[in-house]
Amino acid sequence: MNPLIIVSIAVAALRRNAMRTALTALGLIIGVAAVIVMVSIGNGAKSSIETQIRSAGTNVVTISAGSNSFGPVRQGTGNTTTLMPADAEAIAKEVDGIKYISPGVNTRAQIVAESANWNTQVQGTGPDLPAIRAWSLEYGSFFTDQDVLMSAKVAVLGSVVREQLFGAGTDPTGETIRIKNQPFRVIGVLKSKGQAAFGPDQDDLIVVPYTTVQKKLLGITHLQNITLSTADGVPFQGASDQITDLLRARHQLQPGEQDDFTVRSLEEIAGVLTSTTTTMTWLLASIAAVSLLVGGIGIMNIMLVSVTERTREIGLRLSIGARDRDVLMQFLVEALVLSLAGGAIGVLAGFTASFGVSRIMQWPALVTPGAVLMSFGCAAAIGIFFGFYPARKAAALDPIEALRYE
Amino acid sequence: MNGDTLITIRDLVKTYVVGEVEVPALRGVSLDIRRGEFVALTGPSGSGKSTFMHLAGCLDRPTSGTYLLNGRDVSRLSKRELSAVRNREIGFVFQGFNLLSRTTALENVELPMLYGPSVPAKERHRRATASLTAVGLGQRLDHHPNQLSGGQQQRVAIARALVNEPSLLLADEPTGNLDSRTSIEVMGIFQKLNRDRHITIVLVTHEPDIAEYASRIVAFRDGRVRLDQPVAVRRDAEEELRRFDEGRFEEDSLERSA
Repeated sequence: MNPLIIVSIAVAALRRNAMRTALTALGLIIGVAAVIVMVSIGNGAKSSIETQIRSAGTNVVTISAGSNSFGPVRQGTGNTTTLMPADAEAIAKEVDGIKYISPGVNTRAQIVAESANWNTQVQGTGPDLPAIRAWSLEYGSFFTDQDVLMSAKVAVLGSVVREQLFGAGTDPTGETIRIKNQPFRVIGVLKSKGQAAFGPDQDDLIVVPYTTVQKKLLGITHLQNITLSTADGVPFQGASDQITDLLRARHQLQPGEQDDFTVRSLEEIAGVLTSTTTTMTWLLASIAAVSLLVGGIGIMNIMLVSVTERTREIGLRLSIGARDRDVLMQFLVEALVLSLAGGAIGVLAGFTASFGVSRIMQWPALVTPGAVLMSFGCAAAIGIFFGFYPARKAAALDPIEALRYE
Repeated sequence: MNGDTLITIRDLVKTYVVGEVEVPALRGVSLDIRRGEFVALTGPSGSGKSTFMHLAGCLDRPTSGTYLLNGRDVSRLSKRELSAVRNREIGFVFQGFNLLSRTTALENVELPMLYGPSVPAKERHRRATASLTAVGLGQRLDHHPNQLSGGQQQRVAIARALVNEPSLLLADEPTGNLDSRTSIEVMGIFQKLNRDRHITIVLVTHEPDIAEYASRIVAFRDGRVRLDQPVAVRRDAEEELRRFDEGRFEEDSLERSA
């Protein structure tokens, strides 16, 4: 039998019960749309997180001073005083593939300008940090090795601090601010990076040479952290192992003794976050897939009713020469047409809903062709799978019994 | 057997197995039907006439015996081959018309051509139109069954049965759902097709007066042929219809059955 005729017979049969057809298809429409929306929400979240991580700099490794134990009492991260500027120099010299390295000491302080004041994070860093973090400057310049050497009282402002102290959009280079009652010269303003997905506002900070924080603000000689970036293609694990070995040796830790520092990479954190969102995406998609399945069962249900209702029609078709295969095909194609139409409408609905959701969530709309193909393919598979049993039931009917059916 | 024989049936037996009980429906029937004959099968319910019709219509296979249709033994064919025989050699007319609802008369008549060897749409349309015209419905091609009277619906069913030009037309109680005037009308169409186009018709009915429109009556009882004889005084539907419309039919009919 001509496939075109089979399809036209199926379409004719579906149109004879337009309302029922529409309601049955609705189950699949919702299922397919749900899968597409869920996957696109997941992908949108993932890409938004990835963008933020990339903006924090790639290939970045952070070494934090570790916890300290006084007998049974263990203190939190950053409490050891064993991480020294010399460690940073040693890492730069001895570990392969280090591109930039910046020692770090942070504190919080009240910043006072002529007519305003603001409490913020003061980050003491080396001159390499902008290169590591992919920071760029809106005004002025960053401090130099010379400034670090001299413990110069110079400061680079985050845009939020600039706004609070001098007003939005102004150029405060050359102005003087006071930190813990000491005058600092403003030499630059960082370009705004925006709110991070996690952690604090990346613009609410002030950057000064780490030596200045050590000597002028805190009166310490150790570091709280070291931030470094590796050259492209250097695996994190290798660098991390080398750093760990080097620092353990330098800190004279015995085998079995715990590290007094922690080595982390943004790549590693990013990987965890990405895999978390991937898991979430799958979770959402599988919940949506359940509704797709329910839609498929709806199709089977209606096809079974339809076969029973049209027993006499089947009997007639058999009596005028339809083979059991023709009857099977007729009902299978009917289920298939129903599910493909539902799938197609569902894809459209899913597209629309995804763009709506991404608008509200401020995420990029990521309707992947994969999600569309997968849900459309699922709809087709469901049509065949759930249409087969009713179709086989129809094809197995005895013509005499079917003709007699009341 | 001569060349004019359409159906040759020998010792046809059909036994149904219901649970563990064997129910004999046909106990050995032998029958010849020549081309162009108009045969009425009669008998009370359970006599085996319906079973015989199902076997003759290739809807079922006999337990034993042989059935030659057009000289070909069709009693041992596979289900698939039987479908092809039904499509090409046999046209069915049922008591309940069995038309597809919400489908035009034309599409209903085109239906058998969808299952046989491929026929182009234009040719399907032409043949269906010709077939409907032959039963007097040339003006109602686009009507749906619910827009047609019972008699008209049965005529659509007859047109459908004829559209593949089968060698045998099987009618199972075709007047069972019709009033007496419409019944005569439908019988008139059968007689006309039989007379003008020499179509072989086998009619199953339990009404003796309907059987008298045929040229030969085969009466079944208990799974056997009890009586096989030509109709002595054959009814002429055209003539009766004329009298019916003049209001003289009722008395005449009563007289005859008395």
